[in-house]
Amino acid sequence: MASLRAMPGVPVRELDLDLEAFEGPFDLLLTLLLREELEPGEVDVAAIVLAFVEHLAERDEIDLDACGEFLVLVSALLELKARLLFPDEAAEPDALEPEEAAEELARRLAEYRRMKEAAVWLAERLAGERDRWFRLGPAPLAPQPERRLAPQDPNALATALRALAVPPPAVSLSHMALRFPPVSQFLDRFRALLSRRRVFDFDGEVAGLSRVEQAVAFLALLELRKGGEVAISQSAPFAPIRISRADDERITTWTARSA
Amino acid sequence: MDSTLRLIATNPVDHLARTVEALLVVASAPLSVAELAEAIEDDPERVETALGLLRERFSERRSGIVLEKDAGGYAFRASREASEACARLFERPVERGLSQAALETLAVVAYLGPCSRPEVARIRGVAADSAVASLVERGLISEAGRESGPGGAVRYRTTPLFERVFGLENLAALPRLDDLGASSGELRDRLLEVSAARAS
Repeated sequence: MASLRAMPGVPVRELDLDLEAFEGPFDLLLTLLLREELEPGEVDVAAIVLAFVEHLAERDEIDLDACGEFLVLVSALLELKARLLFPDEAAEPDALEPEEAAEELARRLAEYRRMKEAAVWLAERLAGERDRWFRLGPAPLAPQPERRLAPQDPNALATALRALAVPPPAVSLSHMALRFPPVSQFLDRFRALLSRRRVFDFDGEVAGLSRVEQAVAFLALLELRKGGEVAISQSAPFAPIRISRADDERITTWTARSA
Repeated sequence: MDSTLRLIATNPVDHLARTVEALLVVASAPLSVAELAEAIEDDPERVETALGLLRERFSERRSGIVLEKDAGGYAFRASREASEACARLFERPVERGLSQAALETLAVVAYLGPCSRPEVARIRGVAADSAVASLVERGLISEAGRESGPGGAVRYRTTPLFERVFGLENLAALPRLDDLGASSGELRDRLLEVSAARAS
């Protein structure tokens, strides 16, 4: 059980407290809490308040200054305890020096006090307006903006409708039916070409053909390479593909090794 | 008598005043001079003159309805002498049962708005969810966008109804925040004094 010993004329913050977790003046308790040398959870604030109320009851007269000071200090203690009990709150008391913590605490208390005063002002204002009666209802409908249309001509409307009535052009499906020429066609063509020329450019040979024909021609080229009939070279990506006879490649390689 | 009636009927400002009066009777929220002028298709200055005429005509002890300016516009209300009869017949759903928590939340939003629920909770020290929900339901505050950044909290501000219920012409009619809680400096000094005394 807490006890509190007050002396006439002594400020509340210097009053001695006798709690289970602490014994000493009230301001020392606050300072120890700010420095985190005392666990806030161990301080029974209700016991302090009860002790102070009992102390008041014992006295014949109420010291309003002392009461006011006690309220300020105990409210500071309450906020401090609440803040230290919830370290995730934005105040971050761990990072603050005691003076900074006190200043931050005071700033927040002052901010809240102002809002509390504003709430009192609003309540008084509301009480003063109790004899003002007015109609309450939904917000009035906003006037609908007038749709401004250009002057219309019936003939123009008929023309527009007529244009809509014309059947749409048939959609071409020619791209759906792809014609794949046989690979053998290009195999024969390239073999015949290589019988006449040692080297030729693939791009030059397939120029003018459709994309499908070019693709089939490329397949034929790969087929020839797979069979070892041709050699393929390309100096750089996207550079012209050069095709030559396979025996020419072997000769070139042999010459290079011999050298 | 006949000649007086003829004079009123031919006075263009009085004709305008009757139209303004009709609009204000139909409206359920204050109408600004601009809104009235647009509806009547007349000059705003002439509308203000007509409003001046109506304010004289519809004033306390002259009429059962009073023209007043609040929430940024003009609106009719019952005269104060009829308030007891009004109280017997009508409800006050907006302000009935406003808790202390709701009033404090309202004060925070009115002074610092637009602000979010976490901001209100930071200042008041307790969660503000139910107080905010209650104020939104009453129409005293409304959503006003979100805080910047992904997943930003909804922000709130007071509505014109708030100004009307509290009889404020606009938010500037609230007392200055600095004039409230004047002992904040003393509070800080006292805490610093306590801290300094023990730190030494």
